[in-house]
Amino acid sequence: MKNLRSLLRTVFLWELLVGLSVTLRNLFRRKITVHYPEEKTPVSPRFRGLHALRRYPNGQERCIACKLCEAVCPAQAITIESDVGADGTRRTTRYDIDLFKCIYCGFCEEACPVDAIVETRIHEYHMEKRGDNIMTKDKLLAVGEKYEAMIAADKAADARYR
Amino acid sequence: MQWIAAQWQSLVGVWVALPYFVQVTVQIVIVMMSVIIAVALLTLAERKVIGWMQLRLGPNRVTFFGLRLLRGWAQPFADVFKLLLKEIIVPGRSSRLLFLLAPLIVLVPALATWAVMPFSPEFVLADVDAGLLYVLALTSLGIYGIILAGWASNSKYAFLGAMRSAAQMVAYEIAMGFALVGVLMAAGSLNLGEIVRMQAGGPGSWNWLWLFPLFIVYFISGLAETNRAPFDVAEGESEIVAGFHVEYSGAAFATLFALPEYANMILISALTSVMFFGGWLSPFQGYLADDALLAQPGFFWLFLKICFFLFVFLWVRATFPRYRYDQVMRLGWKVLIPVTLVWIAVEGVLAWLRVGPWAA
Repeated sequence: MKNLRSLLRTVFLWELLVGLSVTLRNLFRRKITVHYPEEKTPVSPRFRGLHALRRYPNGQERCIACKLCEAVCPAQAITIESDVGADGTRRTTRYDIDLFKCIYCGFCEEACPVDAIVETRIHEYHMEKRGDNIMTKDKLLAVGEKYEAMIAADKAADARYR
Repeated sequence: MQWIAAQWQSLVGVWVALPYFVQVTVQIVIVMMSVIIAVALLTLAERKVIGWMQLRLGPNRVTFFGLRLLRGWAQPFADVFKLLLKEIIVPGRSSRLLFLLAPLIVLVPALATWAVMPFSPEFVLADVDAGLLYVLALTSLGIYGIILAGWASNSKYAFLGAMRSAAQMVAYEIAMGFALVGVLMAAGSLNLGEIVRMQAGGPGSWNWLWLFPLFIVYFISGLAETNRAPFDVAEGESEIVAGFHVEYSGAAFATLFALPEYANMILISALTSVMFFGGWLSPFQGYLADDALLAQPGFFWLFLKICFFLFVFLWVRATFPRYRYDQVMRLGWKVLIPVTLVWIAVEGVLAWLRVGPWAA
């Protein structure tokens, strides 16, 4: 009896039909595709995307050129040169991040004692020519100025977990 | 209305007055163009259906004239133009003539087989008495193109793909041929139109009922003959890169791989409809009054049946993983061929007892 049933199952391709019914059911299910440029998936405040250098609310650069980020960077993507500024404080004269070397691990952000270098949630950016992959100090500060409100909100949202 | 009717009459008059070879040429061009456009739409349908089955949407960007309604519909045409404009790279140590000839050898049989396809009670390009034989002969020819493509590429992956393809085609050609012998026994004719006409009388008298195992075998062999999933070991992109067409690009790729594969799919679907599902006969014949609109035979029914079987092709591809190579061989030689042989014997007994289609 059991043998007969298994024979009939084989002859009428029962298991194949079960498989086909699964795909047929899915054919009518709601689709989960996100229409990317028009719709976007939510991004976490912890997202590690494009870097930015922040300023204090009075306009002073946060970065004190301690070079901890340069030291901790596992991909050695950060290059820093420093000097004494006009007001007698220690400041960077050069702060380059090579985005092609960067692995977006977020160690620089963790290492920073003054929350100067941060990784923002910006992940949709591109380069149009060679050299654009180097984020210079000016470019990083510009990103920081443009998105300061967003960066501050993201850091505030994440602060209680640190 | 009258004006249109008069215009139509005069058009028919012009058509009848044309020399015979012009008429035939126009018909051939119409059929060829229909098949090629159907192939284009089928590639889109494939991506859409498989996408839907995987809870995706499939192509939905390229559109005609920015119409939102037609989003995705221009995708196959964009693909075709892209392929045609690309460079054909001929491998340095390949056999150049064979390399460029192979796509044509694959393409020509895939299109030529349509000559004997009975589209409707009135329309068939060539009403050949040995139509079934012609179909068998031409569908077997395509394999030469694949073997040549693999051989001429001078690449081990292409060669392996061609060898696999050859072995598989030989195995399934036999099962397919035997399945068609069963149809031949039921119909008593090699003429495809005659095979359809003999099935008249509603779904119950179509061949699939009495030849059910042969129908299953034929369809599975059809999947294998067209190198479709789950029998696509000849391409096996995860095993031998892309198989026989790994070295092809541009227009040669389009004519070697895309066009014939999809044209053959349509062909197998059409042949399955003709052999086992009554071709252009209406499924309501015998259930509705004889003069009811839905009970009339016509191309429409064949079209619906082809669409259904094409959907099954895509459905199967979306469902089953690829067979291992030895399993493909085992299924072909040790399962399908014995099944067809047994059923041919059963048919002989049925014919002797005069039941089913042999009652009269």
